[in-house]
Amino acid sequence: MSDHPTGIKRWLFTTNHKDIGTMYLWFAFTMLFIGGAMAMVIRAELFQPGMQVVNPNFFNMMTTLHGLIMVFGAIMPAMVGFANWQVPLMIGAPDMALPRMNNWSFWILPFAAIMLVAPMFIGGDFMAGQGPAFGWTFYEPLSGQYDKLAFFIFAVHLLGFSSIMGSINIIATILNMRAPGMTLMKMPLFVWTWLITAFLLIAVMPVLAGVVTMMLTDKHFGTSFFDAAGGGDPVLFQHVFWFFGHPEVYIMILPAFGIVSQIIPTFARKPLFGYASMVYATAAIAFLSFIVWAHHMFTVGMPAAGELYFMYATVMIAVPTAVKVFNWVATMWKGSMTFEVPMLWSIAFVFLFTIGGFTGLMLGVVPVDFQYHDTYFVVAHFHYVLVTGSLFAIIAGVYYWLPKWTGHMFDIRLSKIHFWVSAISVNILFFPQHFLGLAGMPRRIPDYALQFTEFNQISSIGAFIFGGTQLLFLYIIIKCIKGGDKVSDEVWEDAKGLEWEVPSPAPYHTHATPPTVK
Amino acid sequence: MSHAEGSYYLPELSHWPLVGSIGLFLATGGFAYALIYGIDGALGNMTVSYIGLAIVIFMLFGWFGTVIKESMAGKYNSQVDTSFRMGMMWFILSEVMFFAAFFGALYYMRNFSVPWLGGAGNNAMTNAILHEGFQAVWPTNGPANVGGDYKVMPATGLPLWNTIILLTSGVTLTWAHHALKAGKNSQLVLGLFLTVVLGVVFLSFQVYEYGHAYNDLNLKLTTGAYGTTFFMLTGFHGFHVFVGATMLIVMLVRAMKGHFTAEHHFAFEAAAWYWHFVDVVWLGLFIFVYWLI
Ligand code: HEM
Ligand SMILES: [Cu+2]
Repeated sequence: MSDHPTGIKRWLFTTNHKDIGTMYLWFAFTMLFIGGAMAMVIRAELFQPGMQVVNPNFFNMMTTLHGLIMVFGAIMPAMVGFANWQVPLMIGAPDMALPRMNNWSFWILPFAAIMLVAPMFIGGDFMAGQGPAFGWTFYEPLSGQYDKLAFFIFAVHLLGFSSIMGSINIIATILNMRAPGMTLMKMPLFVWTWLITAFLLIAVMPVLAGVVTMMLTDKHFGTSFFDAAGGGDPVLFQHVFWFFGHPEVYIMILPAFGIVSQIIPTFARKPLFGYASMVYATAAIAFLSFIVWAHHMFTVGMPAAGELYFMYATVMIAVPTAVKVFNWVATMWKGSMTFEVPMLWSIAFVFLFTIGGFTGLMLGVVPVDFQYHDTYFVVAHFHYVLVTGSLFAIIAGVYYWLPKWTGHMFDIRLSKIHFWVSAISVNILFFPQHFLGLAGMPRRIPDYALQFTEFNQISSIGAFIFGGTQLLFLYIIIKCIKGGDKVSDEVWEDAKGLEWEVPSPAPYHTHATPPTVK
Repeated sequence: MSHAEGSYYLPELSHWPLVGSIGLFLATGGFAYALIYGIDGALGNMTVSYIGLAIVIFMLFGWFGTVIKESMAGKYNSQVDTSFRMGMMWFILSEVMFFAAFFGALYYMRNFSVPWLGGAGNNAMTNAILHEGFQAVWPTNGPANVGGDYKVMPATGLPLWNTIILLTSGVTLTWAHHALKAGKNSQLVLGLFLTVVLGVVFLSFQVYEYGHAYNDLNLKLTTGAYGTTFFMLTGFHGFHVFVGATMLIVMLVRAMKGHFTAEHHFAFEAAAWYWHFVDVVWLGLFIFVYWLI
């Protein structure tokens, strides 16, 4: 098939959902390694108490940029990459609804990333840490002290712009481009979760844009949003930020739920248990995510009524989340299970994400959070939901659909090694952080008291193994693109869904005439 | 590739998105640079930003020009039309949420942070020790009297006129819409023209009001919580009126060229939705920023 454009123009000017999806995924992968390298610096510094590798400001810059890059550069773009590749394939559409805008959503990202990290290299000594160093949550008034704040702010604006356009596109595609017969309640769950995620993005990215705009005017134009002297309040920053921030964490996990909900039925050889309840649970989680934001602010000094309300609302999220976990387990129950690589990652997801969900519940309880807040316990919590949750689902999804994308089976032996080493080392990396947090080790501090040494060393060793193993992932992917055993159209035995009815590798244009569903 | 009549239009390669990204990058990066290193540097530090802005404007002309050409050539079937409509609707929702953040900030200041500074809740000691004598009343420029003494902008007078003007413009626009659906092009042009005029009058009044605030009332962007919320909310709204009016001018030109038919006029409707959205935001502003003081 050579009916498609070639050369550099193909990538720069493309309007094809598969090309754009590929670019999103490679961008995310690159960012994963950049953010990962920063994490290695963090863990190297924390290998021993005292200052070893970098100075405190550089350390803070690493934690800040690591978080921002992973959230906005790795996880979110990877999910959008999946949406680009899979949504049209799965709903029987010829492409995304607004193909040119699709390209724009992507091509803003590299520029935003440059704007985010460039200040690291501008002005003065690199090792002094010139970049943003105020945490990925950029709380005022600390962030307001940073002289090059404006670059950060516009980077966030650009990221938001990209996300909003991407989401509009995804919603329009799902609502308007489904093949005849593909009713809403027949849509694959991945499509459902992305529909709801896109809605969340459209609702909260503008709020993020709003809060950074307030920071900009406070710093450069003399407004008083976050300044008590003028009647504002730094806590206002936290409210607006977390009104975005909490839905944001669901933005990162809902598509992961979707991916896992595709994979488990395939390898359990049973339809997804409780499909409708999965849809409603996703919607319920999305709704609840708007009304729980202040659980990140329990220790900030809210009125008691506020603390209670946000506690109750927060723990309610456990209900729809548990519905999902039980449904995945019930899908596997009495299935003819086989443990292909995507399935391994998905089962690990179910186990480990659940651990993160439980620690989330603990954190949601006000009196307990007073002890846990701002300790490594929180760090352990969100890495269980984000690394063994979102990232594991992304890796599972790559293994699940890569043969469809490339037409080749990946190296199964290597990918099993990749799985087992990752799954073990990620627990060596993050599990001890629970103990550290319970024992009182604060997060975002480059030095620590002597009694925390052992657990930190264990954690760092896990980190180096986990980080290193991902290079194997890169190798496996490149090897699979270059060649490998040819796969059938169906790829996986008895896999269900429109994406398995098109040829492998999926041709440049698919579903030019829409298929009819059932 | 070319598609059979009636199928979904998939555009060819397009360079506009990349041009747009470069433009945005230069416009924002240049602006950030100017803010950080001084706006009035020797060579005028805003140069890069203006170049970026020019590129963005160039891109908008090019991109929308392409879309209009394709639309006039009949390449868009009704499904494409629906995609555009959905795109516009969800875009407006995102704009609503942007304003919600600022309205939320206003709400928070009026109902929480200012009363707390004045000693409400369990903050009596904070007030007594840090902000002695500060009375929590809205409007305020805070315990430190940030920006100095000022006068409040009354709701009657220009703001009330502006409310009437915008509401009227909503009516003239709807009239134009009905004319369009009935295929009366000259009425459509007249309705659009009136709407644009009203929009421009609104903006001129707003500019005048700002001058009045700065020169006569000592009410500035830097006047504490009140000045902050007043100018940020009305300012962003004014900017949206400007964008909406620009859209309507484009529609006016297109209407005069006879681009719209009773069945096929998505662009007009998109601009109209946007205008109504701007209208509704203004009502919120009028009530919460000007009136309920
Ligand atoms: C079962 C549902 C969940 C509950 C009840 C929950 C609860 C919480 C609470 C109360 C905190 C604040 C802890 C503190 O700072 O003291 C928190 C932090 C966090 N959670 Fe969750 N969580 C849940 C699921 C998730 C998921 C699914 C994700 C992401 C995929 C996530 C990501 C985060 C992140 C990133 C933070 C830390 C933010 C920071 O940097 O301060 N959580 N969670
Ligand atoms: Cu949260």
